[in-house]
Amino acid sequence: MLRYVGGRLLLLLITLWLISTMTFVLMHSIPGDPFTSEKKLPEQTLKALKAKYNLDKPLPQQYLLYIKNLATGDLGISIKTPNRTVNEMLEDGFPVSARLGLQAIVIASLAGIVMGMIAAVRQNRPADMILMFIAVLGISIPSFVLGPLLQKYFGLKWELFPLAQWGDGFWGEFKFTVLPSIALAFTPLALVTRLMRSSMLDVLGNDYIRTAQAKGLPPLRVLTRHTLRNAIIPVVTIMGPLVVGILTGSFVIEKIFSIPGIGKYFVESISTRDFSVIMGVTIFYSGLLILMNFFVDLVYGLIDPRIKLGEKEAG
Amino acid sequence: MAVLEVHGLHVSFDTYNGEVKAVRGVNFSLDKGETLAIVGESGSGKSVTAQSIVRLIPSPPGRIKAGEILFDGKDLTQVDKKEMYHIRGSEIGMIFQDPMTSLNPTMTVGKQIMEGLIWHQSYGKVQALQRAVEMLRIVGIPNPEKRVYQYPHQYSGGMRQRAMIAIALACNPRILIADEPTTALDVTIQAQILDLMKDLQEKTETSIILITHDLGVVAEMAQRVAVMYGGTIVETGGVEDIFHRSRHPYTWGLMKSLPRMDQKQEDELESIPGSPPDLLSPPQGCPFADRCPYAMQICHEEMPEQTKVSDSHQVFCWLEHPAAPKVNDLKVNILSK
Repeated sequence: MLRYVGGRLLLLLITLWLISTMTFVLMHSIPGDPFTSEKKLPEQTLKALKAKYNLDKPLPQQYLLYIKNLATGDLGISIKTPNRTVNEMLEDGFPVSARLGLQAIVIASLAGIVMGMIAAVRQNRPADMILMFIAVLGISIPSFVLGPLLQKYFGLKWELFPLAQWGDGFWGEFKFTVLPSIALAFTPLALVTRLMRSSMLDVLGNDYIRTAQAKGLPPLRVLTRHTLRNAIIPVVTIMGPLVVGILTGSFVIEKIFSIPGIGKYFVESISTRDFSVIMGVTIFYSGLLILMNFFVDLVYGLIDPRIKLGEKEAG
Repeated sequence: MAVLEVHGLHVSFDTYNGEVKAVRGVNFSLDKGETLAIVGESGSGKSVTAQSIVRLIPSPPGRIKAGEILFDGKDLTQVDKKEMYHIRGSEIGMIFQDPMTSLNPTMTVGKQIMEGLIWHQSYGKVQALQRAVEMLRIVGIPNPEKRVYQYPHQYSGGMRQRAMIAIALACNPRILIADEPTTALDVTIQAQILDLMKDLQEKTETSIILITHDLGVVAEMAQRVAVMYGGTIVETGGVEDIFHRSRHPYTWGLMKSLPRMDQKQEDELESIPGSPPDLLSPPQGCPFADRCPYAMQICHEEMPEQTKVSDSHQVFCWLEHPAAPKVNDLKVNILSK
């Protein structure tokens, strides 16, 4: 097990290195640089600026410098917002995005699992149809439509929740986070519901469910003890990508609800060619995705005894 | 004394195409300590009959249309759900065809045995665990103290069927329904499982309803046999009656289709031409009439009545009618072939 974890962590480093190299190459193959703008800068200033950010050196040398800094955990200074290091930007923005994302994930997974279960047990009956209708809505309504709608009704018309406010970092006040969390959770919720429903139906058709019924267990016990654990495996599988999807997808929501998260750097840095921010955010999110997948694999082994991580089956 | 009596059982499934009448008037009884084999080809209604006894047919679409199932003087078609949960598993145990898929892959075998004990007999955890170990030992699993904590994927096929038997018998049920318990197993393992079931039956005096299409298994296990065809029982009797003195053309056909020791390799196996009746619109008369070499006019028009050959042996066939031509010569012919 320890060997397995060690191996996976090593793999994580290698993957991160590959991603950073690729991002570096791709970034520098886009025409233009951070200082390309409508207003032409004087030759001298441009030169000085480029020298400041090491952009005047040949590419291989820039690359080596960057990797060296990266190895020490230094993501560099933002080019467009001077005096701010990328590390600082991540430190400020990530807790906000993480809070929002976590809440959304909790809503999406818990409600999704319960809704999927109900839909499966009541297959082809009214409850199932209503839930599946909601799920189709969730998949087809983009968050930039749902967000403003929530704001209009829950914020402005009924004044249930405050709008466009956020507390302090991760510990912002709960009431500010409700609407954005719901808006962010809606699509993943629909995905989880549908997946859970089909997975449940699949499990319910299995012979061992009939065995459990033949034992005389009442339906609820069959459901909780024999169905849930087997049905949840596919949901756990998509959890890793889903978490990262929610974190990155929060950009739109952050913009709509004016939340000071990490999402805005993610998009703005690309249009302004802020090299160090692009690199920093990309590497940060890649690392997160890899860690999440790793975590999911570990949970997998806990749920399904047939999956033994890093061990060879004896016999 | 009969532990279980089934009278005039009718079971139907409502499908988009209409009502499939899977079981159409089945009668039988089961004595204490006795093994009754229900034989028939796929779709003859034997599994549906067995599952109806414990009300395990998926409903909807399935429903018990008529008839009574008397167990302990109670009609199982009428008792409420809660009572049924307590009869299932504790009074009537069940084992199924495929041991590879009939055990929950994410629960230890021990827990799966303990579950019934805790639920039905309010055992404590420690007590239930002891009983689970004991059950595994009884069904012949080596190292039960260790095996009880293992998952089904760590068991072999034969061991899983043994574990299934342990689950079914943990609460000491009075009836064990075995739905093709050896069909999915290797021949050598089949024999072991059958021996085990016989052995346990002698010790516990459990009655067994054995559902199978394997006549070899029937000869090995059963005292009485009911031959099912097209949702009805066409012949029922003791093992001797069915194997040596059978009176129904369908039973003859089944016997003929068995491979024989003295058969030459080039010879093809005998089969019954045609296919079973469509139970969406079951025939008016004898279900076997379309495939029966001796079918007469009346066979297609009216259901044959029961003829008592002896106290234990009954047959439903128009050939038994005094006015029908005799086919005795033919039967001799089949058996001596």
